[in-house]
Amino acid sequence: MSAAWLLAITLAICALGGFAGRRRALASVGGDARALHSLPVYHGANAAVRSAAPALGLLALWALIQPLWISSVASSAIPKGMDAGLAMAEAHRIAEGIANAVALGAMTPQTAADGAADLAGITAALKEAKQLVTGEISRPILHVAQRIGALEATGGALMAAAVLAVAVGGAAWGVAESRPDFRARPVVERRVRVLLLGAASLAIVTTAGIVLSLAFNTVEFFRIYPAREFFLSLTWSPSFGGGSELGVLPLLWGTVYISLIALAVAVPIGLYTAIYLAEYASPRLRSVAKPLLEVLAGIPTIVYGLFALLTVGPILLGAFGKDGLGWMDSGTAAVTAGLVMGVMVIPFVSSLSDDVITAVPQSLRDGSYALGATKSETVKRVVLPAALPGIVGAILLAASRAIGETMIVVLGAGAAARMSLNPFEAMTTVTAKIVSQLTGDADFASPEALVAFALGMTLFVMTLGLNVVALRVVRRFQERYE
Amino acid sequence: MTGPGASQAAERSLFSGVDARMRRRRAAERRFRAFGIAAVCVGLAFLAILAASIVRSGIPAFSRAVMEVEFSLNRQGYEAAEKELFKTKAYERLLVEFLARELGDLGGGGIDAAALKRIVGKPGAAIREHYRANEDTLGAPVAFRLAVSSRVDGYLKGRVSRETLQDSRFLKLSDLDLVDALRERGIVGSEFSWTFLTGADSAVDNPTAAGVGASVAGSLFMMIVVLGLSLPVGVAAAIFLEEFAQQNRFVDLIEVNISNLAAVPSIVFGILGLAVFIQFMHLPQSAPLVGGLVLTLMTLPTIIISTRASLRAVPPSIRWAALGLGASHMQAVFHHVLPLAMPGILTGTIIGLARALGETAPLLLIGMVGLVARGYPETFLGGFTEPNSAMPAQIYSWSTRADPAFYEKAWGGIIVLLAFLMCMNAAAVILRHRFERRW
Repeated sequence: MSAAWLLAITLAICALGGFAGRRRALASVGGDARALHSLPVYHGANAAVRSAAPALGLLALWALIQPLWISSVASSAIPKGMDAGLAMAEAHRIAEGIANAVALGAMTPQTAADGAADLAGITAALKEAKQLVTGEISRPILHVAQRIGALEATGGALMAAAVLAVAVGGAAWGVAESRPDFRARPVVERRVRVLLLGAASLAIVTTAGIVLSLAFNTVEFFRIYPAREFFLSLTWSPSFGGGSELGVLPLLWGTVYISLIALAVAVPIGLYTAIYLAEYASPRLRSVAKPLLEVLAGIPTIVYGLFALLTVGPILLGAFGKDGLGWMDSGTAAVTAGLVMGVMVIPFVSSLSDDVITAVPQSLRDGSYALGATKSETVKRVVLPAALPGIVGAILLAASRAIGETMIVVLGAGAAARMSLNPFEAMTTVTAKIVSQLTGDADFASPEALVAFALGMTLFVMTLGLNVVALRVVRRFQERYE
Repeated sequence: MTGPGASQAAERSLFSGVDARMRRRRAAERRFRAFGIAAVCVGLAFLAILAASIVRSGIPAFSRAVMEVEFSLNRQGYEAAEKELFKTKAYERLLVEFLARELGDLGGGGIDAAALKRIVGKPGAAIREHYRANEDTLGAPVAFRLAVSSRVDGYLKGRVSRETLQDSRFLKLSDLDLVDALRERGIVGSEFSWTFLTGADSAVDNPTAAGVGASVAGSLFMMIVVLGLSLPVGVAAAIFLEEFAQQNRFVDLIEVNISNLAAVPSIVFGILGLAVFIQFMHLPQSAPLVGGLVLTLMTLPTIIISTRASLRAVPPSIRWAALGLGASHMQAVFHHVLPLAMPGILTGTIIGLARALGETAPLLLIGMVGLVARGYPETFLGGFTEPNSAMPAQIYSWSTRADPAFYEKAWGGIIVLLAFLMCMNAAAVILRHRFERRW
C-alpha cells in the first residue's frame, strides 16, 4: 500500500469518526442540541481529532524512523573493506529499482527476493523497466538491496496495520465519549491550540534542520579534509578526480569584494534617494517614485543574472575591453556582478532609510530651522546623525542580502577564484561555488561535494551575524524615538 | 535699531542682499538637492534600462521563422525512411531533395542542396509525426509550416547579420542569398510561436523547438504545494503568536527564529532541501514536490509576518464584542478576527508566492535544472513527483547554453515569468484596495 493511499484511508476514517461522533451526540439528546454541553460539531471534531492526531503522529514517526532502522540493519550485511556509505547508496538505489521493476511487471517477486538470482538477468530487467543502473551489480550489494527490499515490505505492512488500527481505535474512543455532558469544546480547543503551537514551532524546526544538515555534513567534510587547509589555504582548485585544494579565502574575498562594489553603488544612490523622497519630494513624486524603485526589489534575481550576463557585461566590455580602455578581458567580472547587485539592493537601502528618516521627530528639524540652518544643513547635521543607527542597520541588511545573493554572481561574475584587487577580473563567491559543487556529478561523499556544506555554513554564519547586528542597531534606534 | 551700529547690522541681515557665505550655503543647498534628484533618476533609469533590455531581447522569442511548403511523400519513400537508423534525418533529406526539385534554379545558377539542408534545420520530427498519424495523406501534397534552422531564424530577426556571420557548418554567408530569395517568394516567413509558449525544453542543438510550457507546469505544481502548505501553517503560526502566545522564552525563541529565517539566503534553503528531503528522506530528485517543500519553508516567515500584521490591524473591540456574547477565545478568533483579517492575509500570501515563483538558487541544488522539463506530466499526481523544471530554473538552463539562440529564449522566458508576477501582484493590489477595511 502506498503512503498516499494510507494517508487517504486514515483521513477517511477520521472523517467517518467525526460524522459518527456528531450523530451520536445529537442522538443522545434526541436531536435537541441545546441539551448538549458543546455544539454537536465539537463532538464530531473531538472524535476526528482523537483519531487523526495519534494516527498521523505515528505515521510521521514511523516514516522517519524506519529508513534509519533499515539502514542500520542492512548495513551490517555489507562486507568489510567496502566503503559503507557508497555501498549503502548503491544498495538503496538498486532496492528502489527492483521495487519499481516489480511494480511495472518487468521482474517477478520471486526473482526480486532470490538471493542466488542471476546478476545479468536482474540488470537486464532493471534496464527494461527503465531504472537507473550504474555499472555492474555485485553479489554482496544485491544481497543488501534484497535485504532492504524485504525489510521495507515488512515495515510498510506493519506501519499500515498499526496506523489504521490506531485511527480506528481513536475514532471509536472519540465516538464513545460523545455524551450530553461531555465538555467537547474545551477539549477540542486545547488540541487546536497545540496544533497552532506546533505550526509556530516549525520555525524552530526549520532552523534546527538548517543548522543540523549544515553541521553534520561540515563535520563529515572536516573528517576527510583538514580544517586548517580550508580556512587558511589561498587556493581554490577543486578537481573531481581528487587532490583538490579547497581554500575558502579566495571565495570569501570574492564575496566581500563584490558585495563592497554593490554597496558602493547602492549606498549613495539609495541614501540620496531616501533623503530626497523623505525631505524634498512632493507627495505626488513620492507616491510614484517609491513604488517604482521598490519594483527593483521584487524582480527575481534570475532576471538580474541574465541582465548582468547579456546586457551589462557586453556594455562594460565595450567600454573597458579591447576596443575601449583595454582593462577587461571578458564581460563576466567582479564589477559586472557588483554593479547589477548594487542596483538590486538600492531599494533595500532606500526604503529602510526612508522609514528611518521619516521617523526622526519633526521637532529636531524645527529646532534646526529656527537656528537659521538651510534644509540641506538640517539634513546633514541633524536628521542624518539622528537617523544614523537606523541607516547603518539598513546598510548591514543590504550587505547581508548582497553576500547571500546567488544568481547574479553565478551568471555575472565569472568562475575563477582569485584574490585580486582588480574589479575587471573574474571572481567568484561562496554562493556561486555552492551551486557549482553541488550541481556537478560529484558523489555526495567526496570532499569536492561536501565542501559545499562547509561553504554553506560559512555563509549562514556570516549572514546571520550581520542580521543580528543590524536588527539590534535598528531596534535601538526605534527605542530612542518611541 | 538706531544709531551707528544699525547700518552695519543691516548689511549682515538675512534680508539685505546676499554675501559670499550665504551664496556658498545656497549653492550647497542646490547641490544637495541635485544629488537627490540625480539619485532618484539613476535608480529609475536602471529600472528603465532593465525593462527596455527585457522587452527588446525577449519579444523576438515569441515569433519564429517558418517555411511553408507543399510537400508530398509517397508510400515507398515513407517506408524507406522508416527503415533507416536515423529516421528524422531521412525525412529531412527527403524534404531537401523535394525542395531542390521544386524550386529549380531559384536565386541564379542552380540550387545548392547543402545550403538548403542548412536552412531547413531539423524539421524531420515534425514531418515524421504527421505521416505516422495520417498515413492516408501519403502521396497527396500536404501543406507544412516547418520551423527553419535557428541561425536562419536569427537572421530574419536581426540577431545574425551578414556582417557578423562567419561561415560554419551551420550556416554560410552565401546561404543568406537563398534565404532572401525564399523570403521574396513567400516561402520563408515568420509567425507567432506557439511552440515557445506551450513547448518543452529541447536538445541543446535544437533551440527552435524549445518552449516554456513544461516548466510553467513545473512552477504551477510547486506553487500548489507552496500554497497548500504555507497558507494553513503560516496562518496557524501567526494566530498562535498573535492571539494565544504568552510572553515566555519559548515564544521568544520562535520569534527570533522567524525573523532570522526571513533573512537566511535562499541558497541555504536549497542546501537544507538537498540534505533533508533528498539525502535523508529519499524524496525524488528534481521533483516539483521537493521544490515546493523548500520554497514553503522559505515563504513561511513572509506569510507569518504579514498575517500577524493583518491580525493586529483588526481592532480589539471585535474580540471583546464576541467574548461579551459568550464566545470562547478560540471562537472569537476563528469566527470573527480571522475572516476580517483574511484580505490582508491573502495579500501577503500572494506576495510571498510571487517571491517563491521567481526563486532560482534553491531549485538548482535539488536538481530542477538542465534538460529536465522534457514534457508535461502525464497524470495530475505525477506532476508533483516526475522530474520537471520551473520557470526561473529553465531560464537559467537556457542562459548557460552555448548557442546564443537560447539567450533569446531566456529573455522570452523572463517576459513570461514577469507576466505571471505582474498578474499576482496586481491581484494583491486589487485585493488590498477592494476588501481591506480601514478601522
